[in-house]
Amino acid sequence: MSTQDSEDRTIRCLVAKVGLDGHDRGAHVIARAFRDAGFEVIYSGLHKSPDEIVQAAVQEDVDVLGISILSGAHNTLVPKIVEGLESYDAFEDTLVLVGGIIPDEDRDELYEMGVDGIFGPGSSMAETIEFVRENAPER
Amino acid sequence: MSDLIEELLAGKHRALARVISKIEDRSPGYRELVSQLHEHTGNATVVGITGSPGAGKSTLVDKMAETYRERGETVGVIAIDPSSPFSGGAVLGDRIRMASNVGDMDVFFRSMSARGTLGGLSTATTDAVKALDAFGKDRIIIETVGAGQNEVDIVGTADTVAVLVPPSSGDDVQMLKAGILEIGDVFVVNKADLDGADRTVQELKEMVHMRDASPLAGTAGHHGVETDAVGEEDEDETDDGDDDTWTPPIVETVAKTGEGVEPFLDTLADHRAWLETSGELTEQRRDRYEEEIRRLLREGAGELIREEIERQGGLDRYVDTIVAKETDPYAVTEELLAPLRESVRE
Repeated sequence: MSTQDSEDRTIRCLVAKVGLDGHDRGAHVIARAFRDAGFEVIYSGLHKSPDEIVQAAVQEDVDVLGISILSGAHNTLVPKIVEGLESYDAFEDTLVLVGGIIPDEDRDELYEMGVDGIFGPGSSMAETIEFVRENAPER
Repeated sequence: MSDLIEELLAGKHRALARVISKIEDRSPGYRELVSQLHEHTGNATVVGITGSPGAGKSTLVDKMAETYRERGETVGVIAIDPSSPFSGGAVLGDRIRMASNVGDMDVFFRSMSARGTLGGLSTATTDAVKALDAFGKDRIIIETVGAGQNEVDIVGTADTVAVLVPPSSGDDVQMLKAGILEIGDVFVVNKADLDGADRTVQELKEMVHMRDASPLAGTAGHHGVETDAVGEEDEDETDDGDDDTWTPPIVETVAKTGEGVEPFLDTLADHRAWLETSGELTEQRRDRYEEEIRRLLREGAGELIREEIERQGGLDRYVDTIVAKETDPYAVTEELLAPLRESVRE
């Protein structure tokens, strides 16, 4: 890396598992794909509370927060995370993504909450990475 | 003063996080930010934790932070992980082990990637430590990547360096062969409940005493062969009444259960006290500021040279002539430096 002031920022992501669901294969796969795309990925580990995710997102100053939920609890967990980010003035410039099992009828509500993208089981990795590259917030 | 620094000094976590990002990214204006931090630094103690992968660094750091918090102190942690030499990406996985401190914003844990460069890393780490210090953290812990030369770099930032050695880490304590022995102010045999721990402690003691006996170690004698009983150090033994020397104590911990962590922190405090009373701390700080000026000068000079090269239309033309044996790299360098040299000597 040059020692000059650089315009190129490394995109930082938090891949978060929140709540009770204990399956994190998908989260591992996305973490690794993000790494291979040149992002810096912080993986939260399983069974985190919304507060813990917010703490990590704020301290690590991530550009992207990817929340993986398979348990169906997205309608209760995601709003708590959004509120938490707002309380630290961190919501505005964080790209919030939700991945996992999200029924179609719940999607609009998540988008209204401020979620920027939803990636279900059919989504391709390339598509997700492209979305992050294009939408990672300018700071 | 910039708004961001004002917010940082006012205790806003978001501002602290953002300042560290700007430092890591070398984003435009980061130098001014770091410069504004300087007058607010100098209150934190900085400890470096290093050792081979799997030695239990993250777990120990977690327990250290927990213990400091119990004592009412605030903590900043910088954990460094390697980055991919191919994509530049990284998975920063140490945060996951900070289980004792979740939900406690007074432990500010920040993951940093090596981003491919060693020198760059130590610059960014040094500057990030300044941000945490100015923010008001009492204790700052730097956890290194655990593989390679970064371990030695950490000396440039930490007041006290603790080297973790897992039990039975090779019959000759392999990791001690290159570099690590010289940088340890304290040695920690973590996982002390495992077989082989006693032997590792013994080997370390021998190493430390050999170091003391070597001509490089100055006049320090063989003090206290029986020193540093397991997990509890005795300050009289570690400095032997002689304020000029410090013999690295060897402590044992079981980070998973928290055993030995209190005595370990006391040992760190002893080292810090020794740094202060011996005048070593002042000396260390002066050396570091001097080195920092040199580094910034090198960076600045490098930039001037880049500008000059650009003004000359890039290096391609020169490389062509070198390949054609019309000139050589030394002559080209001389030619490029000439105008700079002239303007300096004028």
